[in-house]
Amino acid sequence: MIELRNLTRHYGEVTAVNDVSLTVQTGQIAVLVGTSGSGKTTLLRLINRLVQPSSGQVLIDGADTASLPVHHLRRRIGYAIQGDGLFPHRTVARNIATVPRLLGWPKSRIDARIDELLALFQLEPAAFRDRMPHQLSGGQAQRVGVARALAAKPDLLLMDEPFGALDSVIRAKAQSDLRDIQRQLGTTIILVTHDIQEAVQLGDRIAVMDRGRVLQYDSPAQILTQPATPFVRDLIGPTERAFRLLSLTGIGPITMPGEAHGTPIARDATLRDALAECLWSGRDALPVQGGGIVTLDALRANAAQDRQ
Amino acid sequence: MSPPAILVAILGLVGLWLPLVQFKPNRIAAGDSLTLAAALEAGWPVALGLAAVLILGCLRYWSPRLRIVAAALGIAVLVLSLGAAASQLVGPDNKLARVSPASGFWLMLLAFSLMWADGVTRMRPSLRASWLMLAGALAQVAALLLSGQLADVSVMRELAARQDTFAHEARAHLILAFGSLGLALLAGLPLGIAIYQAPRWRGPVLAVLNVLQTIPSLALFGIMIPILGWIAATLPGAGRLGVSGIGMFPALVALFLYSLLPVVSNTLSGLAGVPATARDAAAGLGMTRAQMMFQILLPLGLPALLAAVRIVLVQNIGLTVIAGLIGGGGFGTFVFQGLNQTAMDLVLLGALPTIALALVSGIVMGLLVDQSRATRGQA
Amino acid sequence: MIGRLLLALAAAFALAFLLSPTSFAVLFQPLTRNGAPAIYTQASLLRLTLFHLGIVALAVLISTAVALALALFVTRPVGREFLPLARTITTIGQTFPPVAVLALAVPVMGFGTGPTLVALILYGLLPVFENALAALTGQPAKVAEAARGMGLTPAQRLWQVDLPLALPLLLAGMRLTAVISLGTATIGSTVAAKTLGEVIIAGLLSSNTAYVVQGGMIVGIIAVLIHAGFQHLERRAARATGQTD
Repeated sequence: MIELRNLTRHYGEVTAVNDVSLTVQTGQIAVLVGTSGSGKTTLLRLINRLVQPSSGQVLIDGADTASLPVHHLRRRIGYAIQGDGLFPHRTVARNIATVPRLLGWPKSRIDARIDELLALFQLEPAAFRDRMPHQLSGGQAQRVGVARALAAKPDLLLMDEPFGALDSVIRAKAQSDLRDIQRQLGTTIILVTHDIQEAVQLGDRIAVMDRGRVLQYDSPAQILTQPATPFVRDLIGPTERAFRLLSLTGIGPITMPGEAHGTPIARDATLRDALAECLWSGRDALPVQGGGIVTLDALRANAAQDRQ
Repeated sequence: MSPPAILVAILGLVGLWLPLVQFKPNRIAAGDSLTLAAALEAGWPVALGLAAVLILGCLRYWSPRLRIVAAALGIAVLVLSLGAAASQLVGPDNKLARVSPASGFWLMLLAFSLMWADGVTRMRPSLRASWLMLAGALAQVAALLLSGQLADVSVMRELAARQDTFAHEARAHLILAFGSLGLALLAGLPLGIAIYQAPRWRGPVLAVLNVLQTIPSLALFGIMIPILGWIAATLPGAGRLGVSGIGMFPALVALFLYSLLPVVSNTLSGLAGVPATARDAAAGLGMTRAQMMFQILLPLGLPALLAAVRIVLVQNIGLTVIAGLIGGGGFGTFVFQGLNQTAMDLVLLGALPTIALALVSGIVMGLLVDQSRATRGQA
Repeated sequence: MIGRLLLALAAAFALAFLLSPTSFAVLFQPLTRNGAPAIYTQASLLRLTLFHLGIVALAVLISTAVALALALFVTRPVGREFLPLARTITTIGQTFPPVAVLALAVPVMGFGTGPTLVALILYGLLPVFENALAALTGQPAKVAEAARGMGLTPAQRLWQVDLPLALPLLLAGMRLTAVISLGTATIGSTVAAKTLGEVIIAGLLSSNTAYVVQGGMIVGIIAVLIHAGFQHLERRAARATGQTD
C-alpha cells in the first residue's frame, strides 16, 4: 500500500504540488490525469524523490521512505518514462539488467530474469537480447523500457506518459498488454497521463489534478458520473462521457436469455461495443456468442441507472 | 563525364606540363627546371601513361574502386619518377648536385590525391574498409620510402645526412604533441566534469580558457621561458621535478595550456548532450551520482571526447613546430634552420613529416570518433 | 555588462599603448634584464599593428569571398557533384598545420608578406567554407519548399532566402578564420612578413621578455575584441532572421 500524506513542492513562488494526500492499494493502478502544468509529473517524481518534497511524506506499506537513501529507495521503485529513456549505448539485455546489477544479483539470476521478462513482453529473447536500442521500433523500445522498470520486482511501478510516443494503433495494444501484465504480476502502478480515455481504460482509481491540487480521487465510474468540480466535468468531456462510461462495463450483466438475428457479438465485449453494433447494423437486439442476447432497451436502461 | 574527375584531369595535365624537378649543380647555383618528359630517360611513355589515366578517369563508368587503385598507382609512378629523375640527373658520386620536387610534382600529387579522395568519398566505405584503406596507404608510403628509390632526392639526402638528429627530433615532436595531450586530458577531464556538475562555474572557467587561446602561440611559447625559469629558480624542488625555463619544458606547458579549452569544452558538451531521458531514467532507476557519471554520462559523452582528442592532437602536432623556434626541439628545428639558411630541402624535411603526422592522426582519430558513434546508434 | 566594460578597458589600453608606447615603459621595465630597452622601437608598433591587421583583413575578405563562392557552387545543381568531395577535402585540409603551410609557401613565393598572405588565405578558406556549407545545406527543407512553392526564381531564392538565413553561420566561420589568422600572422614574421610577430621574435632572439609580452598582448587584445565583435554581429544577424540561439 502506498500512502502520500500532505505532499507539497514549491519552486520559488510557484507551488507545483499543493498538499496532496492519497492512498493506492496494493495491486491497483492509480492514474494521475490533468492538463500540462497541473503538477502530475512533479507529484510522480516526488514519490521516488527525483524531486525533493518541500513538505509531506511518502509511505510504502506504512514505512516512511524519507529515512532511506534515495538510490536505495529508487531501486525498490520501478520507473518508466515517455520515449522509453533506454540507455543508447547498452544492449536490450544490459538495459533490463540495470537495477538487478545495481542490487548485485548473481549473473545466472539476472540472465534468467531478462529472458523471463522479454518473453512476458512478447519479445523473442534470442532475437532481442543483444539488440541495441536504436535497432528497436517505438513499440518494442517502450516494452523494453517497462521490462527494465520491472526487472527487480519492484513494490511499485511509476510510469510517466509511458505511451506518449506511440501512434494510436500501437498505443491501444500496449495499454491492454500493460493491463494484462499488471493483473498477472499484481504490481502496484501509479501512471501519469494527459489522456482521459487512457485513464478511464487503465485506472482502478483516477486522480484528476489541476494547478498542483488533486480535485477528485475516485473510481473511473464515479469520476464519469459524479464529477466533483466543473473542471473535472470539462476534462472528461460532457459529450463523451456516456460512451466512456459504457466502455467500462462488459455486456455480462445485461445479457438475457432469448434469440436474435445477425452476427453475434463477443462475450467479453463492452456495452459500448454492443451499442455501436446496434446502431451500425440497425438492430434492436444482438445475439451473444455462446447464447443469450443484448437489447438496445437494456443498454438504455443501464445508462439511465448509471446516471443516478 | 564526371565533373570532379575533369577537375582532377585538368590539374594533373597542367602538372605534367609544369616542371617535375628543379636541378641545381650545387646548393647555391641557380636551378634548372625540367618537366617529367624531359627529366626522365623514358620520360615520354611515362608522361603519356599518366595523362591517359587522368583523361580516362573522366569517364563516368569508372567505379570508385578503380579510381582508388588508379590514384594509388599514379602516386607510386609519380614518386618513383621523381626518384629516378633525381638519380639520372645527379649521377653517381655527385655529392653537390641537388634535385628537389618542383611545382609540377606537387600539382600532380594533389591531382592524384583528389582522385583518391573522390574514389573514397563515392565508395562510402564501411569502417572496416576505411581502416584497411588507411593501412594500405601507409604501407604504400612506407614501401616507397624504404625502397631506396628516392635516395637521390634532396630531401632524402638531407635526411641521410642527419639520421641521428632526425630520430631525436621526431621523438621530441611526438613527446611534445602526445605528452601535452595526455596532460591536458588529465587536467581537462576532471575540470570539464566539475563545471558540468557546477553550472555556475562554466562561464568563468570557459572565459579564462578562451582568453588563453587568443594569446598568439608564438608569444605564449616565448612567455613560458622566463616564467618557468623564474619558478625553477625560486621554488625549491621545482627544478628537481623537471620544471625548467629551457629545452622542452616551456613548449610542453604552452601546448598543454592551448589544449585545455578544447578538452574542457568538449567534455562539457559531451556530458550535456546526453539525452535528458537517459539521465532521468538513470536517476529514477536508482543510480548514485558516481554510477551515473561512469556508467551513463561518460560512455555516452565519449564521441565528443574523442572529437576533442582529435582536435587537440592535430592542433598540437602543428603547433609543436613553433617549439623549434625556442629551442624546444621537434620537426620545427629543421623548418626554422632551413628558413634561416634559405635551404628549402631542410624546410621540407621538417614540414613533410609534420603534415604526414597530423594527417594520419586526424584520420585515425576521425575513424575512432565514427566508430564510437556507430556503436551508440548516433551515426 | 562586466564583460563589455572589460572589453572597453582593454581596447582603450591597447589604443593608448599603440599611440604612445614609451609612456608605458615603466610597466615593462621589470621584464627586462641588464638595462635592455623596455619598449620595441626598431619599428613603430602602430605601423606594425596596422600592417598586421591589414594582412589579416585582406586574407579574411579574400578567403570569405572564395569560400562563399565555392560553397554556393557546390550547393547549386551545376556543382552538386562536387559536394561530397568538397566535404572530404575540407575535413582533411583542416588537419594541415598552419605553420607547415606557411613554410611550404616560401619556396614558391619567396620571403616577405606574400607567403604569409597566401598561407592565411588557404588556411582561412576552410572554416568559412565549412560553415557556409553547413548553413546552405542545413536549412529546413520546408523553407526551401515554401520558397519554391511561392514561385521564387533560383536567384531570388538565393538572395532573399538562402543567403540571409546563412549569414549567422557565415559570420561564425569568418570569426574563426579571423582569430586563427591573427595568431598565425605572427608566425609570418619568421619568413620576414611585417607583423607584430616581429616584436615577439626580436624578444625571443634577445631574450627580452618585455618585447614578447607587448607583442603578444596587443595581438591577444585585438583577437578578443574581434572575437567579441563578430559574436555581436552573429547575434544580431540571428535575431534579424528569427533564428535565436
